[in-house]
Amino acid sequence: MIAEAGLAALWLAASMALLQLIGGMTLLRGGAGQLVPLIKPAAYVQGALCAFAFLALMWLFYVTDLSVLLVASNSHIDKPVIFKLAGTWGNHEGSMLLWVSILSVSGAAIALLEKRIEAKTLYATLGVQAFLALGFFAFLLFSSNPFERLSPAPIEGAGLNPLLQDVGLAFHPPTLYFGYVGLSIAFSFAVGALLTNQVGPVFARAMRPWVLGAWIFLTIGIAAGSYWAYYELGWGGWWFWDPVENASLMPWLAATALLHSVSVLATRNALRAWTIMLALVAFAMSMAGTFLVRSGILTSVHAFAVDPERGSFILALMLLYTGLAFVIFALRIGTVKQGEPFQLVSREGAIVANNIFLSVILAVVLIGTLYPLAAEAMGDKISVGPPYFNKATVPIAVLLMLALLVGPLLRWRHDELKRLKYWIIGAAAILLWTGLAVWKLAPEIGIFPMLGIALALALGVAAWLPLRGRKLLRTPLPVFGMVIAHFGIAVSVFGMASESGFSSETLTALAPGESAKVAGWEVKLDDVNPVVGDNWVAVEGKMLARNNGSSFVLRPQSRQFFRPEMQTSEAALLTRWNGQLYAVIAQPDQQGDGRWQVRLWWKPFVPFIWYGALLIALGGMIALLGRMFRRAKKPAKNKWQAE
Amino acid sequence: MNRPWLLWLPLAVIAFIGGLAIYGLAVPKDEQVHSAMIGRKLPEFALPEAAPGVLPLSNKDMVDGKPRLLNIFASWCIPCKAEAPQLEMLKAAGVEIDAIAIRDRPEDVAAFLTEFGNPYRRIGSDSEMAVQLKLGSSGVPETYVIGGDGTILFQHIGDIRAEHVPMLVEKLKSAK
Repeated sequence: MIAEAGLAALWLAASMALLQLIGGMTLLRGGAGQLVPLIKPAAYVQGALCAFAFLALMWLFYVTDLSVLLVASNSHIDKPVIFKLAGTWGNHEGSMLLWVSILSVSGAAIALLEKRIEAKTLYATLGVQAFLALGFFAFLLFSSNPFERLSPAPIEGAGLNPLLQDVGLAFHPPTLYFGYVGLSIAFSFAVGALLTNQVGPVFARAMRPWVLGAWIFLTIGIAAGSYWAYYELGWGGWWFWDPVENASLMPWLAATALLHSVSVLATRNALRAWTIMLALVAFAMSMAGTFLVRSGILTSVHAFAVDPERGSFILALMLLYTGLAFVIFALRIGTVKQGEPFQLVSREGAIVANNIFLSVILAVVLIGTLYPLAAEAMGDKISVGPPYFNKATVPIAVLLMLALLVGPLLRWRHDELKRLKYWIIGAAAILLWTGLAVWKLAPEIGIFPMLGIALALALGVAAWLPLRGRKLLRTPLPVFGMVIAHFGIAVSVFGMASESGFSSETLTALAPGESAKVAGWEVKLDDVNPVVGDNWVAVEGKMLARNNGSSFVLRPQSRQFFRPEMQTSEAALLTRWNGQLYAVIAQPDQQGDGRWQVRLWWKPFVPFIWYGALLIALGGMIALLGRMFRRAKKPAKNKWQAE
Repeated sequence: MNRPWLLWLPLAVIAFIGGLAIYGLAVPKDEQVHSAMIGRKLPEFALPEAAPGVLPLSNKDMVDGKPRLLNIFASWCIPCKAEAPQLEMLKAAGVEIDAIAIRDRPEDVAAFLTEFGNPYRRIGSDSEMAVQLKLGSSGVPETYVIGGDGTILFQHIGDIRAEHVPMLVEKLKSAK
């Protein structure tokens, strides 16, 4: 019954989206617009119906209704409740339903909350939003019905891919989806504004919170995904340049660029066409991301999500939406007037530099990700890995960081570098001094880790300088947000540079009682014991790690899941203030002499990578709060203010 | 905007990516990476015998005018056990098979041969996978068709199933 109700809700919601789309179209065609008053209610009802459908599916997973195909093939009666619930979106159909639900609820939120932009632009935006939603409704209803029944119902259910039975999963995909969908809203706003000729500061201020929100979610989602790969895959790395990681990084890069350019548009009424273009690219990238994950055309660790047939559906949607949007862009952008002029040395100029560097990194990642596909089309088989991505992206990232040392300190419109000469000399001194110090201490680590550490320290100082000379209590929250986010970048880069420059690794086979050394730690394999979980058994190593007289216990596991059968390794992490000890145990050595393969890493300051990412997201949240708070205090009539 | 064609550039990029993606979806994916050595002469190597009482293997042993199979296996590899009956079938059909045992110990190879039979003429022991790498083989089991002049003609990746036997016999025939 509940499954049928959910399905009915989806069909009704789709018809609401159709109504919303037609309403928007009649308005744009200049017709009488009798359907126009229905646009907003249609958006509300659509949002409510989708939320209902999603909750219905969640309920079916919660009670493990095995007569529903999706539940039977992705859940199991023995599964812990949290993973039963996470199972709702830990599969193709459920995650697409989640996508549509977020999209529709956001549409309803825009209809309800957005008061600043012109009514016509709002309706056009909602129409575009409905057009996007319709594609996904069609996808769900025709090729991925999450409520399909299975008869006869099985007794147990198939289970969920064990790699995904992890708290990380409960957050990672939905977080990214919130981000992707947020960008779809930026996209709708951009197309709506293009269609109604309203590209300007008001539009930018309406779009900005959505971009900011999407960007926060993407930041958290990527950080969570990276941490998940770090401890769950047991390879000791935190970023693999896997196609699917790149697929989440590319929208983030576009969104970061967009976030900055939309601020220029909102504050200074410049970069109009460029902002629109970035909004379209950002959404195109998130569609491409979904496509890459779902289609499996590139070999990736995310192979669990693969289904080529559905991939083609998403591809068709992606080409339709982005293709149409860029046709509209090419046809209409000529009507967008030139924005306000500015000089090269100015805040705008710095943000343009930021945008260019981010776009180049985006292009580099895109080319590297798609290159194997292009090569295959030419009959060649290659894979593009970290050597390319690191070499190609890190130097540009260095330029980006250099720009960040002075950019936020520049004034709008035009400025003189002379004004900042003391800081520029100071920054150069920090860079030089740290670089030399690192080179003296560890000449072997290579130029980029060295530069990374130097830049991180300089930026760690530079990030706070925009607060200098301000009365802190009267400083707008978005400025604090910017400061914290930029400081987060310094923290993160410090972690990355330190991890890549100073990690030590030991791979050995130990019998119980034997020890191995890694970077000042002595790790003794004390004992190996079997342990049993809800739906797995494992061997668990008990290791004693000693360093400078203090000693700690680590318990890495090698798990054997049943239903479905699979082996995973659960790394044991010991976090100290200055780094992490990372231990992995594998199944017994092939030689069969009672030894266990043990892999140990000492990764100095590696958690800073994720602390930094959290700071970046926190900065975003503070800025978002500031925007919403100010909006509540001073509605409608805020003339643009410089900050 | 004084260069209107530039406005259509994003669309062209999208079309290109779309074309690539459609190609990627349309062309069935071949996950196997075949050796770059196919069509070339065997690399030089000389491996000691893999078990007591068997003959060692060098590349020169396979350049005698007679095409044969070169089987890469290991006693610890389960698909290798599964393909043993098919190797016996090939031997019964008059095919000569040489082998390289990967990362193995003599007593384990001997036990393997006792349990699953010995269809091999010679078995070299490649304890460091050095020859395996030279052959462009990435796993066990793999089977190469070697021409009488020592040219690597064909690579079969994975275990030999019953349906592969006639194909391999055919390849050997046409190798003459």
